[in-house]
Amino acid sequence: MAKVLVVTSGKGGVGKTTSTAAIGAALAQAGKKVVVVDFDIGLRNLDLVMGAERRVVFDLINVVQGTARLSQALIRDKRLDNLSLLPASQTRDKDALTEEGIGRVIADLRASHDWIICDSPAGIERGAMLAMRFADEAIIVTNPEVSSVRDSDRIIGMLDSRTVRAETGERVEKHVLITRFDPARAARGEMIGIDDILEILATPLLGIIPESQDVLRASNVGSPVTLNSPASTPARAYADATRRLLGETVAMMVPTERKGLMHLLRGRRAA
Amino acid sequence: MSIFRLFSSRAAPPPIASAPIARERLQILLAHERGLRGQPDLLMLLREEILAVVSRHVTLDPDKVIVRMERGKNVSTLEVDIEIPNGLDVPLAATG
Repeated sequence: MAKVLVVTSGKGGVGKTTSTAAIGAALAQAGKKVVVVDFDIGLRNLDLVMGAERRVVFDLINVVQGTARLSQALIRDKRLDNLSLLPASQTRDKDALTEEGIGRVIADLRASHDWIICDSPAGIERGAMLAMRFADEAIIVTNPEVSSVRDSDRIIGMLDSRTVRAETGERVEKHVLITRFDPARAARGEMIGIDDILEILATPLLGIIPESQDVLRASNVGSPVTLNSPASTPARAYADATRRLLGETVAMMVPTERKGLMHLLRGRRAA
Repeated sequence: MSIFRLFSSRAAPPPIASAPIARERLQILLAHERGLRGQPDLLMLLREEILAVVSRHVTLDPDKVIVRMERGKNVSTLEVDIEIPNGLDVPLAATG
């Protein structure tokens, strides 16, 4: 049965779009039929991160308003046959989205896909509400930093009260994904700890993605990091998170710094 | 100076870890915010009711009623600031 997954956070710039692309590609690599849907009307970026920015003809609003068919708006990924993108509109106003229209599009996508991944805009307004509205599961992308944790808490509250599932007495299955984790800063006690974040948010952990050049490089070239450099630390962390999403039990690896000889010597002296 | 600095910096105490402070601040804040969630905005409610009571006796400008709340660790304070224009009819003894 198809699953609708929202990638959300409240706060901007934490890595929602990067995570949507990376996990979407990893699910497709695992043989699932996947569509990633950009809900950030007016500020679309998922097309750019996926490397499909020059292939956008129709978008989500066209489909919602009936000016284009779903099959015309879906962009099939050039690397993975079973991965497609439904882009957001760049020019239209987000008020053009109606709950009823989104519900229809999601229902259509459910009929032909295994996973529908909704990339939420930042904030807690209409766009973010609509992105989570029909979700079965949610990934709350959180940076180890106070403002991000606070916003995640707020979003968790909304997932528990404002989604269709919540209103019908069911639960949205929630997962926290910690991104831009810096092991060196965490070791020095400068970064709020993973255990503290999980305790505060009272939500299970899906994965820990380290801050990395590989993530930046992947978005520069328009390829999800899980496809662009699959052996890199962030790509492996995303792959593990994806396997957990599919129900596998995978040991949680806290990314650590690769230590050189000098580093070890200095570390020993300081101890 | 730079040479001394180089050596002395080694002996300098490590900076105090700020992560535990972040954790504590978040726990206090979120406990409060979760309590308010789903309720109507408390300050708006207070403002409206105070306005209704006071304007029964004094003519006032609704925009000049300010209700502020400051949260402390143990006690919170509620500050109500009502500006009553001079020269307006203030029927102080008009009750009854």
